[in-house]
Amino acid sequence: MTETARTRPDEGTAEAASETALAGRSVEELPLHMQRAGFDPAPELRAIREGEGVRKVRTPFGLEAWLVTRWPDVREVLGDATTFSNAWQPHRRMPGLPGMPERSPEELARMRAGNLLAFDPPEHTRLRRMLTPEFTGRRMQRLEPRVRQIVDQHLDAMAQAGPPADLVADFALPVPSLVICELLGVPYEDRAEFQRRSAKLLDLSRPTDERLRAGEEQREYMTSLVARERAHPGDGLLGMLVREHGADLTTDELVGIANLLLIAGHETTSNMLGLGTLALMDHPDQLALVRDDPEAIGPAVEELLRWLSIVHSGTFKSVTRPTEIAGHAIAEGDLVMLSIPAANRDPALVEDPERLDVRRGALGHVAFGHGVHHCLGAPLARMEMRIAFPALLQRFPDLRPASEDRRFRSFNVVYGMESLPVAWGGA
Amino acid sequence: MSELRADRGVCIGAGMCVMTDSAVFDQDDDGIVVLLEGAPEVDEKVRAAVDACPSGALSITES
Repeated sequence: MTETARTRPDEGTAEAASETALAGRSVEELPLHMQRAGFDPAPELRAIREGEGVRKVRTPFGLEAWLVTRWPDVREVLGDATTFSNAWQPHRRMPGLPGMPERSPEELARMRAGNLLAFDPPEHTRLRRMLTPEFTGRRMQRLEPRVRQIVDQHLDAMAQAGPPADLVADFALPVPSLVICELLGVPYEDRAEFQRRSAKLLDLSRPTDERLRAGEEQREYMTSLVARERAHPGDGLLGMLVREHGADLTTDELVGIANLLLIAGHETTSNMLGLGTLALMDHPDQLALVRDDPEAIGPAVEELLRWLSIVHSGTFKSVTRPTEIAGHAIAEGDLVMLSIPAANRDPALVEDPERLDVRRGALGHVAFGHGVHHCLGAPLARMEMRIAFPALLQRFPDLRPASEDRRFRSFNVVYGMESLPVAWGGA
Repeated sequence: MSELRADRGVCIGAGMCVMTDSAVFDQDDDGIVVLLEGAPEVDEKVRAAVDACPSGALSITES
């Protein structure tokens, strides 16, 4: 994830590169829903929200989809899984995407298995209910001491090495990475490989075939891990799934669940920690509040989630019956996508939405989504952030950027910082 | 009079209600919502929890 991704006519073959959606393109050519100016959604997204509300846009793969921008509409779409389906529907499957090999129905079913984001209720409910017990508030409380220990170890290492440090590589990425590995029962010593694959998979500036290959390699890795857990179930979540649901879950499902959780656990909290730290350093009065007032962190985490909205859009929805969004007729079979950053900056959600104010802590934001697919790991992400931000700022009270250059991850499915050089003390 | 209802069949165990008002809501070992008292007073916090519930498992009926 610390790999860079600007423009790259790169290691893929010329044909592969020319076949891809975004390879070699510049930031200005990003699909609209991914366009940002630093911390803010692109002005055009705001213009849609204030104007027509939804707009038909062209997605990276050349398909058309409705982009929904207003907070109440986004909540409604997310809250109605019957009308706005997450399920892959073979008869509506996108034909011949560039760089996408033809796959048999069996292959597609294997790739989809266990991916909670690719199912509607009741299939989704079956999988979700197996995982819910692992993410309750009480379960998170039991994990807290270990998370504090992991945070402190990484802060110790930063202090020992001295400034400057790369906050992403030294703190924001490894802390959630180690936490999710321990929670799942994935060997942390394998991280270099799966972090590299995950970064490739989600980087839209890379050739499609390269991204698909990274996905395949990741599935192979996870398949061998699942086989090991089947033989000797460990103490982690994977071991629990094998012990308690091993007979109900196919190996493909276990692989799908494990991959989704591993990738989600890496790509989200780490970007919130990196981007959130930069946002706080830009607002020193709010940084001081988070650092000095133990009560401030709860609301601050909600506000950072809202204001940064690192997930651009979540999954595509396929419309199952004729409906209406913001007064526009939407036909059955249309695709719908959401602008999470635009919705979370809607004045219908909070007053003066463009302003970061860690004191307000509004809960209604859609940074974790809404509806049945509301982020399973939200309690874990919240707990990690509530521990990590104050600990970081207390350890280095005068933390500051060590470079003028701000390297945002523009091409990634999840927004964040590629790196964030920081300094502290006299250095 | 307002009555709070929790549909345990719809609940996805996101825990937003417990986070909003832990005096009224809890999660069982499976993560599914439990009302700590049978018929809690429907105050502002309870309404906030109902609004925050992602799955729509919580509702308030006015009678």
